[in-house]
Amino acid sequence: MIQPNEFDIDTEKGNFHFDTNYAFNAGVGLNEEVVRYISDVKQEEKWILDFRLKAYQTFLKKPVPTHWATEDLNNIDFDVIRYYLAKGQQPSRSWEDVPEDIKNTFERLGIPEQERKFLAGVEAQFDSEAAYSRMKDDLEKEGVLFVGSTEGLSDYPEIFKKWFGKVIPTSDNKFSALNSAVFSGGSFIYIPPGVKLTQPLQAYFRINAENFGQFERTLIIADEGAEVTYMEGCTAPKFETSTLHSAVVELVALKGAKIQYVTVQNWSNNVFNLVTKRAIAEEEAEVRWIDCNIGSRLTMKYPGVILRGRKARGEVLSIALANDGQHQDTGAKMIHAAEETSSNIIAKSISIGKGRSSYRGLVKMPKHLKNCKNNTECDALLINSDSQTDTYPAISVQGDGNSVQHEATVSKVSAEQIFYMKQRGLSEPEAMSLCVNGFVNDLIREFPMEYSVELKRLIDLEMEGSVG
Amino acid sequence: MNSLKIKNLSASISDQQILKELSLEVPQGEVHAIMGPNGSGKSTLSKVLAGHPDYEVTNGQVYMNQESILGKHADEIARLGLFLAFQYPVEVPGVSIANFIRAALKARLPEGESIKAVEYYKSLYSKMDALGMDRKFTSRALNDGFSGGEKKRCEILQMSMLEPKYCILDETDSGLDIDALRIVSGGVNNLRSQERGILVITHYQRLLEYIVPDVVHVMWDGKIVRSGDKSLAIELETKGYDWIKEEIAA
Repeated sequence: MIQPNEFDIDTEKGNFHFDTNYAFNAGVGLNEEVVRYISDVKQEEKWILDFRLKAYQTFLKKPVPTHWATEDLNNIDFDVIRYYLAKGQQPSRSWEDVPEDIKNTFERLGIPEQERKFLAGVEAQFDSEAAYSRMKDDLEKEGVLFVGSTEGLSDYPEIFKKWFGKVIPTSDNKFSALNSAVFSGGSFIYIPPGVKLTQPLQAYFRINAENFGQFERTLIIADEGAEVTYMEGCTAPKFETSTLHSAVVELVALKGAKIQYVTVQNWSNNVFNLVTKRAIAEEEAEVRWIDCNIGSRLTMKYPGVILRGRKARGEVLSIALANDGQHQDTGAKMIHAAEETSSNIIAKSISIGKGRSSYRGLVKMPKHLKNCKNNTECDALLINSDSQTDTYPAISVQGDGNSVQHEATVSKVSAEQIFYMKQRGLSEPEAMSLCVNGFVNDLIREFPMEYSVELKRLIDLEMEGSVG
Repeated sequence: MNSLKIKNLSASISDQQILKELSLEVPQGEVHAIMGPNGSGKSTLSKVLAGHPDYEVTNGQVYMNQESILGKHADEIARLGLFLAFQYPVEVPGVSIANFIRAALKARLPEGESIKAVEYYKSLYSKMDALGMDRKFTSRALNDGFSGGEKKRCEILQMSMLEPKYCILDETDSGLDIDALRIVSGGVNNLRSQERGILVITHYQRLLEYIVPDVVHVMWDGKIVRSGDKSLAIELETKGYDWIKEEIAA
């Protein structure tokens, strides 16, 4: 229906893999030796190794959170997963230097063209490490840093060490602890005071190996008055066995800074996608998460903003699409920790076939604060009679001067709507697509252009195979 | 002769038979009207012809220009050229009129071809102007929160954009005040052509003063019991449906 465009990552397009010889392979399963191996390969300083080892112990102690989350988490077998696979190369600055098999992968996914068209910088991660990383030269001159996690910690500790693991503590949850123990790859970004990036930075995450766990670590710091948009896309081939993606993403928006973080998650249906994302917003800073979950077997992700400075603003715009065999358990957290802070959450979910979508929200405003505002809207659309949706809002608001609005709706595409649209000549999938696009339309309008077009196309693709 | 031809059509819903061996032929270029009391099966006829999945056809045939359409899916019948203006147009939140009509037009094009936006809007706007619809309507969600009159105008707008071979208007006059009735009828009259057959289903003769039919049929208990020229509609209006009941009983 909609023409393919420059940001092209449909599920079928990602469904291939090339055989790759890995120079570094941490083997199968997780123990202290694996943690030491990863740290050793990266030639890390001792404090990082200690951080990892402590995190590993935390990971062991924390239960799998099935007391509140789905039992499906018990199907993750930590002992069959491979935790580190890399070819041992430094990320190339020139596309020509990327190893042939990896280059093939990203060319097929259209990464180099996108970079030329509208991005300020790209990082392409293949399994555990970045294979390619490049930023426009003028940004480098302005002092913008866009590097991998290893490089960030080893070469710029004075910038990154201060915030690393501070927005999301290791012990936040079992999967943030796991990530802290075995992390590799991801983006470390620093935008100096007053520097406003007009084009987005992008990272592309690709899982290529079976039974693999990807644990990237991202830390973005926007210094005072700086502005940046960061976009991430993810794909993986369809394997029979399960794959784990467990990232930790920390954002720091200092006074007056603006960060917009956009995700289009389109993992194949065997991927457990358990990601912790959180931001700190200082005085008058703005953080906006745009989070779209279309792929994966199970996603659990609740991007959050800690509104720590006066007049800070936080926003989560979230779209989840759960098809047969998928559970999108997504939502948002807004922690108001200063006066006159405001937050906005708009979450829309679509459940198709036997798909299930859940919304979990947390809004906190303590008693001593005044003039804090939150608006939460969560809307669910059910396509078929066995589609499922559930909502778990948790709102804790104290104090007199604070205001909260919460609205939730559930709607269904009716047989009469479908008949009406078919009578005008639309096929059933076309009619469904139109309904779904109509449902998310006002939200998608808020997205960067490249993503809104792509998302509409992905929704059409999902609808095509799902009705019959 | 090209026509919409219905032969001995029987149909039921939830084991209740509604249409009973109904026969009717609307030739291309003519306007036919079906009148009948409530419960005579008028709306069922329109839905069965359009391929509504809830109805079971137990007997008969329907041909549109010699092609059998019974058993085809609703969207396929629509693309072959049958348009049904609904008695109760369905609300579709979030889908704008402009996008909807465009998608419907696109569904009629061969794979890979697309609609030129400039021409599309030019044609859409001129048809909206003719129907007295504010251009703001294009971005409003389909039938969502529309008044009765707005819904019916929107049906006629779709009909004129999709240029069907045969049109069925199911109680298009219901819920319209006299001004809206005039505008909607004008829209239908503009679509009268040698290339098109129109079937107007109505309870009242009033609509037929504006859309003057070539042939009037009276439907009763699932079949056509009388056919005649437009004077039959007037006779029916004066004498009432009881007259038909008595005629049949006689």
